[in-house]
Amino acid sequence: MKNKTIKVEYLARVEGEGGLYVRTKGGRVSDVRLNIFEPPRFFEAFLRGRYMHEVTDITARICGICPVAYQMSAAHALEDALGIKVTGPLRDLRRLLYCGEWIESHVLHAFFLHAPDFLGYQDAIQLSKDHPKIVDSALRMKKAGNEIVRVVGGREIHPINVRIGGFYRLPRRAELSALRESLLAVREEARAAVLFSGTLPFPELEIDYQFVALRHESEYPFCEGRLVSNRGLDIAIRDYNEHFVETHVEHSNALHSEMRGGGAYFVGPLARYHLNHELLPAACREAAAAAGLGPTCRNPFRSITVRCLETMYAIEEAIRIIENYEAPDAPFVEAGPCAGIGHGCTEAPRGILYHRYAIDEDGRVREAKIVPPTSQNQKTIEEDLRAFVESHSHLNDEQLTWQCEQTVRNYDPCISCATHFLKLHREEG
Amino acid sequence: MSKIRKPKLAVWKFASCDGCQLSLLDCEDELLTVAGILDIANFAEATRAVLKGPYDLSLVEGSITTPHDAERIHQIRRMSKHLVAIGACANAGGIQALRNFRDVNDFINIVYASPEYISTLAKSTPISDHVHVDFELRGCPIDKKQLLEVVQAYLQGRKPRTPAHSVCVECKLRGTVCVMVAKGMPCLGPVTYAGCGGLCPSYHRGCFGCFGPKETVNTASLAGWFASHGVKRIDRVDAFRGFSAWSDAFRKESEAQERDEGADHA
Repeated sequence: MKNKTIKVEYLARVEGEGGLYVRTKGGRVSDVRLNIFEPPRFFEAFLRGRYMHEVTDITARICGICPVAYQMSAAHALEDALGIKVTGPLRDLRRLLYCGEWIESHVLHAFFLHAPDFLGYQDAIQLSKDHPKIVDSALRMKKAGNEIVRVVGGREIHPINVRIGGFYRLPRRAELSALRESLLAVREEARAAVLFSGTLPFPELEIDYQFVALRHESEYPFCEGRLVSNRGLDIAIRDYNEHFVETHVEHSNALHSEMRGGGAYFVGPLARYHLNHELLPAACREAAAAAGLGPTCRNPFRSITVRCLETMYAIEEAIRIIENYEAPDAPFVEAGPCAGIGHGCTEAPRGILYHRYAIDEDGRVREAKIVPPTSQNQKTIEEDLRAFVESHSHLNDEQLTWQCEQTVRNYDPCISCATHFLKLHREEG
Repeated sequence: MSKIRKPKLAVWKFASCDGCQLSLLDCEDELLTVAGILDIANFAEATRAVLKGPYDLSLVEGSITTPHDAERIHQIRRMSKHLVAIGACANAGGIQALRNFRDVNDFINIVYASPEYISTLAKSTPISDHVHVDFELRGCPIDKKQLLEVVQAYLQGRKPRTPAHSVCVECKLRGTVCVMVAKGMPCLGPVTYAGCGGLCPSYHRGCFGCFGPKETVNTASLAGWFASHGVKRIDRVDAFRGFSAWSDAFRKESEAQERDEGADHA
């Protein structure tokens, strides 16, 4: 076959600025690049010298789609440095807040960024003209997720209520009751979304991934647990740096992550699901089975079903938390500044988000390190593109370009996060 | 059948977190209505489809931080009848403007192992430093109701109506007890534009300036109050070095506090 170059200058329906470039020679991919031209913003540099209580507010600004993830990883890392632990109802409220972010972020991706690909639409607005019920239902679920973030966090984007030790103010009983009502109203829709997602036409691709996610002994993971893989990794969060390394490549303003001696790895919904599915409630497992999802899913295009499943889970979990909630005595655990080093890793909607801070005795940041999920997935995305193009050379240029874009969108890449991400070029060559 | 041409809306991104453009997608109740009135002609985060310019209304998110972006904003201006800068990055350079106070090469070396791959400008600057801006919508993030007001105003051919008062007024309207007076907490409310609804004080914390400096502010007086209530010099500097650090008013005040070495007894 002839040599080809597939190029997409500016990827649509991803968060942030990136493109894609694949070059083939004699039916084999000779070069594949996820170009990230999103400009760098240097968070790790300007965090130095800032007071510890500013970190949750500043790091939220890395990403407008998953600010809660940044706030959670930062708070846990700083609490680790200060030697405190948030437990009981405060911990439950954090889980509730995270449920809100998973719902709004997953629904945004599944229905507004990803679903149009499968059904041949340019966007969800066009999709809504032919399938108004699907889009209306997605908007209601997304709104319910945003409601959680607004009630617990203060506002939907860049919440203001998260602090080291807990929250500035506890939500009122009446606010939580209203939330419960709005969640009950979309509970069935979430289940229907899982089943609908299972009916989509999935391109064929099976890859033997190295999955990495948090695992907690008794619950589907958000903020705590051990870092585990399907190939034997089982480490404490604080040992992250001993097992993972970031490298700087010329075509990306986002650092690439690799497992030391282990190459590319996969973080996000498929990894979480593979490593934790037995911890999902029975209703979610039944919905997964009904949507055709086994205990492991290695087709990245099916990640949409796992996102819908995690949305269903987050709604169930949020309802459970609200129904069992009893207000704690104080909105936060006090912690004075002291010198220390702390690590935090939480499950952002797109996968594990690792933070490490060194602070001095006055509580000022000496060093910050932040590893977002998308930079960890970059290498795997490039490998998926390679595998997809080599196994789908029968497609015409337009189909191949579209499905290469879709291959990238499978990851819900957040380029704004990773820079500190993406570009598909196809040239006849 | 004759068809009235719908106005074309474009959304553009520069250095930013995507949060302000997400505000449009977060209008769950209004999104489909907006999409019915306007043609969403260029909005990469939401659609693959791109309609050619010119555009009736361009919403620009993010700050200018690369040589390429400094060129791109001029192309966008030429294609746009009205250009509205949305959010603290577009209006003041954003949190990434903290580099402006330091040597950017030090920053590159801290974050990236191979600094030669990075192309960046020494300063992160607002859109208005580069092209004419018809309206600045403030906030980090912007408020979605204010965003809808801006879109509606341009559809109706009038100027957007956003409040010109400070966060203090919002606290009074909301009935929030003043955190400065009652608790002695440092708060940027007196010098910050309204728009958030007086959010932080209602959560028992001081305002940290998301909506940027309002016009005619007395930041020196506020900084003096901070000093008299035991706020250390370094924290007074940092208070003005947030998401609108490179705005004229906050930049000058943070620099004044930085010079004010003798005043710190804490």
